[in-house]
Amino acid sequence: MTSNAPQVAGQGVGIPYPLLLVAELSYVCPLHCPYCSNPTGILGTKRSTELKTDDWTRVFGEAGKLGVLQLALTGGEPLLRKDLEELCTAGRDAGMYSTLVTSALPNLTERLPGLQAAGLDHVQISIQHSNREESDRIGGAVSYDKKLEAARRVVELGMPLTINVVLHRDNLDDVGELIDLAASLGARRLELANTQYHGWATVNRAALLPTLEQVTRGEQVVNEKRAQYGSSLDILWVLPDIFEDLPKPCMGGWASDAIILDPTGRALPCQSAATIPDLEHLSVTEHSLFDIWFDSETFNRFRGTDWMQDPCQTCPLQRQHIDFGGCRCQALALTGDITATDPVCHLSPHHGALVAKREELLAVRDEDRPAYVYRTTSPARG
Amino acid sequence: MSDVHVPRLASGVRLHRDEVRARDVLLFPEGALVLNDTATQVLAFCDGVRTFDEVVAAVSELYGGADVRDDVAELLAGIRDQGLMDRDDE
Ligand code: SF4
Ligand code: SF4
Repeated sequence: MTSNAPQVAGQGVGIPYPLLLVAELSYVCPLHCPYCSNPTGILGTKRSTELKTDDWTRVFGEAGKLGVLQLALTGGEPLLRKDLEELCTAGRDAGMYSTLVTSALPNLTERLPGLQAAGLDHVQISIQHSNREESDRIGGAVSYDKKLEAARRVVELGMPLTINVVLHRDNLDDVGELIDLAASLGARRLELANTQYHGWATVNRAALLPTLEQVTRGEQVVNEKRAQYGSSLDILWVLPDIFEDLPKPCMGGWASDAIILDPTGRALPCQSAATIPDLEHLSVTEHSLFDIWFDSETFNRFRGTDWMQDPCQTCPLQRQHIDFGGCRCQALALTGDITATDPVCHLSPHHGALVAKREELLAVRDEDRPAYVYRTTSPARG
Repeated sequence: MSDVHVPRLASGVRLHRDEVRARDVLLFPEGALVLNDTATQVLAFCDGVRTFDEVVAAVSELYGGADVRDDVAELLAGIRDQGLMDRDDE
């Protein structure tokens, strides 16, 4: 037995086969989380543009042949697809391990036995806060009780349960209670992911950005709780990179192990990559997943290190293969240059501007914080 | 010394043949563990019916009657430590 991160050379020289397919089945969602990483462009999307059952089934088959081992069924809210059971079976038939990433609304509890029988392996449920009123307020919909009910049902059925919480100013002080809640529900994993500022989260940055003290305290609580719960609960804690001075390897490196498909079937190496203007969006309705992965300009664009400029090109820390120059979307958003070094990096000439922006946001007093702009696909809600 | 506990994969963990990379893996939430040939052989006998002693006997037969008891125990303990196996006696 060896490591956890299998990497095997694929077709093109040095291109590994992909390991993960993220299938965003529908952008519509019963919740309206202000930190949602979906693009703001989803406003006004129509369900009629979503891929049909046959398309998804075919693509899952292609993914299995391409070596994909993990399938994430997500959205928006994947439960809004009436054919979700069929899609679970297609995933299983293709040999992939499937995870349903869900808000639990509208009807997870009722559908669970059918989904399990259809081949679903694992359920990940989001919770917004350990307090019912707060959770419902942050999610923009009454949902807390249904989430807990569904989580308990997952465990009763003997399926592995992950709880995931996106952290920000309004729930970071609640981390201890959230961990206790996840443990009491019987979760095996808890993902505590500090908000990354993409999509709707960018719009709500001034409302969501926590203080450094909150983040530091949160980390302490996580360490205490890890000692308390030991191996019975696997707690993942992801720092917000706005507080760091070295970037994260976005998606483990551009197009290194994942394919994201949006509800219309457009393939991208990362969800936020939809914000890159001149990136061609190839659809699985016109191209095979194989061609998209190995041969498309989009997926090859930032593979390797040839595209990098300085300081990355001549990085004094030799981190080119560790962080791959950071997030492309963030580099574009903050410098206007898609091949620039991610400004999170202290070696970036734009790092100072990022720090100044952060300080400006942190200086906003609580009473002056803007209200949430709730995420929605409906222009009427606005 | 006999050991009649029944080793089995934890719920939500599956053995999978990864054809593209020509190897076997254990799949579990958000991860994969690459198995070597011996591990695959041992896990194939952990069907939730065979006791530990029976698994050892079956593996031993594959290796011409060699004493594989400690190796099998160590291998299964390693997988258990990662939360991927259960015993029926706890
Ligand atoms: S983050 Fe919230 S609004 Fe966005 S898809 Fe998930 S549950 Fe829906
Ligand atoms: S200069 Fe580039 S490669 Fe070096 S640490 Fe910064 S982002 Fe990473």
